[in-house]
Amino acid sequence: MATKMPKVPVVIVGMGWLGGIIAAELSKQGVKVVGLERGKPRATEDYYMVHDELRYAQRYDLMQDLSKETITFRNTSKMTALPMRSYGSFLIGEGLGGAGIHWNGQTYRFLPYDFEIYSKTVERYGKKKIPDGMMIQDWGITYDELEPYFYKFEEVAGISGEQEQTPLVGKRSKPFPTKPMMKTPILKMFEDATKKLGYHPYMMPSANLSEQYTNSDGITRAACQYCGYCERFGCEYGAKADPVVTVLPVANKTGNFELRTYSNVVEVQHDGKKATGVVYVNTVTGERFEQPADVVILASYVFNNVRLLLTSKLGKPYDPKTGKGVVGKNYCYQTNGGSATGFFDDKEFNLYAGAGSLGMEIPDFNGDNFDHTDLNFLHGAGIRISQTGQRPIATNPVPKGTPTWGAEFKKQSLKYANSTLTVSPQGSSLPWQHHYLDLDPTFKDAYGLPLMRITFDFEDQDREMIKYVASKSEEIMKEMNPTSIGVSNKLGPYNIVPYQSTHNTGGAIMGADPSTSVVNSYLQMWDAENVFVVGASAFPHNSGYNPTGTVGALAYRAVDGIAKYLKNGGMVV
Amino acid sequence: MAEQHNYQPPDKSRRQFLKYSGAAISGAVIGGVIGGAIAGGFKKKAPVPTPTPTTPGGQAAAADYNQATMYFTQSQLQITQAAVERIFPKDDLGPGAAELGVAYYIDHQLASPWGINGREYRIGPYVKGEATQGDYQSINRTEVFNLGLIAIQQASMKKYNNKFPDLTDEQKDAILTLLEKGDIEVINGITGTSFFNLLRTLTLEGAYADPLYGGNKNMQGWKMRKYPGNQMSYANIMEKAEFVAMKPMSLRDHIAH
Ligand SMILES: Cc1cc2nc3c(=O)[nH]c(=O)nc-3n(C[C@H](O)[C@H](O)[C@H](O)COP(=O)(O)OP(=O)(O)OC[C@H]3O[C@@H](n4cnc5c(N)ncnc54)[C@H](O)[C@@H]3O)c2cc1C
Ligand code: SF4
Repeated sequence: MATKMPKVPVVIVGMGWLGGIIAAELSKQGVKVVGLERGKPRATEDYYMVHDELRYAQRYDLMQDLSKETITFRNTSKMTALPMRSYGSFLIGEGLGGAGIHWNGQTYRFLPYDFEIYSKTVERYGKKKIPDGMMIQDWGITYDELEPYFYKFEEVAGISGEQEQTPLVGKRSKPFPTKPMMKTPILKMFEDATKKLGYHPYMMPSANLSEQYTNSDGITRAACQYCGYCERFGCEYGAKADPVVTVLPVANKTGNFELRTYSNVVEVQHDGKKATGVVYVNTVTGERFEQPADVVILASYVFNNVRLLLTSKLGKPYDPKTGKGVVGKNYCYQTNGGSATGFFDDKEFNLYAGAGSLGMEIPDFNGDNFDHTDLNFLHGAGIRISQTGQRPIATNPVPKGTPTWGAEFKKQSLKYANSTLTVSPQGSSLPWQHHYLDLDPTFKDAYGLPLMRITFDFEDQDREMIKYVASKSEEIMKEMNPTSIGVSNKLGPYNIVPYQSTHNTGGAIMGADPSTSVVNSYLQMWDAENVFVVGASAFPHNSGYNPTGTVGALAYRAVDGIAKYLKNGGMVV
Repeated sequence: MAEQHNYQPPDKSRRQFLKYSGAAISGAVIGGVIGGAIAGGFKKKAPVPTPTPTTPGGQAAAADYNQATMYFTQSQLQITQAAVERIFPKDDLGPGAAELGVAYYIDHQLASPWGINGREYRIGPYVKGEATQGDYQSINRTEVFNLGLIAIQQASMKKYNNKFPDLTDEQKDAILTLLEKGDIEVINGITGTSFFNLLRTLTLEGAYADPLYGGNKNMQGWKMRKYPGNQMSYANIMEKAEFVAMKPMSLRDHIAH
């Protein structure tokens, strides 16, 4: 039996980046909010021993405990999905702040093209350009409508970037709140090479603060120390924008926010029309609680957002055979490949130093910034160089043909430890009818609920794109003048084993039409007006950029929607 | 041109400061206090020597009580030691895996929650899938190691009629190559290749993880590749064109003594 808690106006499931944003904004408006987080509480003081590659980067200290819960995966529906038993392709967050604690902080905006991808593709190339089975659709919102919300997230986080921007990316109403990160010799080499080739390099927008900064909530944070332990680590300086050092202190100060950690939500309760609350399990004592609420917000990352809808039987499940139904539809990822590594025999760089979002990008081959008429793929990739701090266990590049162990490996890996640079594309991922999320029929989590099952693979679209952008990476690396180059321009099948990125998207996508989307442009559920599903789960496809700048913007827009709903009820669009 | 850069380890005042500010932090100012003080104050202090009581090479230093086994038998330790030394051998650039303490590192890891796959999904059924779905892991890592080391020993006996640690370097390499290629089977569902890859990863971890874990003895792994371990800040070297060599620091340097 579950203990029934007193009803609250708003309950949030998951206190990561987006849960934190929503808690702060609603509690500032005087709304009482309860935040449920399955993991433990966290504070900056936890990170004084954080510069430990083994514990955090190799053993995933900050990530979800897979013994309780994981996902299952198969490439196609003909295969039997198997659980991801140990970490690989992506790393799911757990604990206060979620993956917002151990992200890199690379904070891009998606392109105007992304939000109207279907219309703009048809307009420029005609309907025939879109292959059978590819499910690209407009997002139900334009870049210009989302622009103020992009800025809101950037202002709170203190995103660092260049004042002048190339017209190849979306127009900004206001400059970045802080100056760009330092342009190191490595970045300068990339800048010179790409400029010479006629491209448009710019500094990567960064959530590692370039300078001390105070945001409009009065939160002051220190500048990044370029410590080289950023991605997969917490920041001991509070320089990296994360929920615990930005939005959560604001929520706490209002007196309207109550955080409950060790609280794993297992069900969204509803009457068929509206949600009535959630059920959660205290992960320490095993006790069950019912938390009734007027509004339920799912902010439990892509997988649990979709899983909770399916296990709670909320919304219409997607059917890959007919392409009908919506929950689980348009699962996408990030297509990484096509990088070019340069080995510089007589140069040494300070590669041990760096920051999670220290880098540069060219947008020339991203989105529809180049003509696809004679190309057999859509969209593209951001081509980047980054200097995030090369740690010694993970980074041992050797020239092609070198054995992977023994005397020669040791010699070469030591020789090149500080002498290799890599230019890498981060590719978009477009939706297909046969890529989706649903409930696994066999494997269960520690609470007896089915695991999320991923059916996903790379397609010819992805292979052609990688081949194309690999030639650009190589061209840029050549211009940087290394002694030798290694390029990988082939993309195999999607493999769950090697880490690629934690940029999973889709499954509860947004749109203007209830028959093809789960939520509207305020992330309000079409089938349950008091449920808001917040996250990259709302992306109808994934761009050639990291997701969080765009999900942050969507979360701020969702706040406006929730406020409107609390006032007037009904669908807010 | 290499430049000497001495960034001092955090001294007592920093730690006390962090402690107090940590306790005092509430609401508005979070990272600002700590980082601001670091950026503004601590950098300017005179360098203090690293308080690690070791001599170059580590020979004359006090006995290393960490070098005993928590999990391995003597014979398992010896096979592991012999194998990892071939993966990362001693040469004129510096010590190999044996001297770096890699075998002890592996032993200690196997005795940790990682050895029993503590934070991994262990609910069945265990089904062998495609390569894209990851390894078949019906048994935990300690068991994989027990069986893997037996497989190495048996292959050595069969091929050379000698125990693995007693083989010549060339013979050891031949056995490890067979393992790597998957020509030696560990047990149904676990190929020699997966075991070899595990050994290789552990060797790099043992060579380069913070010395607190029992490998990377005296930070010699880091020194070989000019890795400075963990420093508080690199902000003042980021724009330098030349390589900046630093005396490495370990996590021990961040603990109050
Ligand atoms: C290593 C790494 C590097 C990254 N780098 C970048 C980058 O450079 N740029 C970028 O844009 N993005 C990056 N990301 C992605 C970024 O971290 C995410 O986009 C962001 O954190 C998503 O926010 P979220 O609130 O949706 O999820 P999260 O921040 O992960 O928060 C979700 C929270 O929900 C909780 N939760 C889940 N299920 C339940 C449940 N049933 N009950 C209660 N609580 C639950 C989780 O414990 C977690 O705390 C990176 C991610 C990783 C892992
Ligand atoms: S690189 Fe900068 S932002 Fe990242 S953890 Fe280090 S100090 Fe913090």
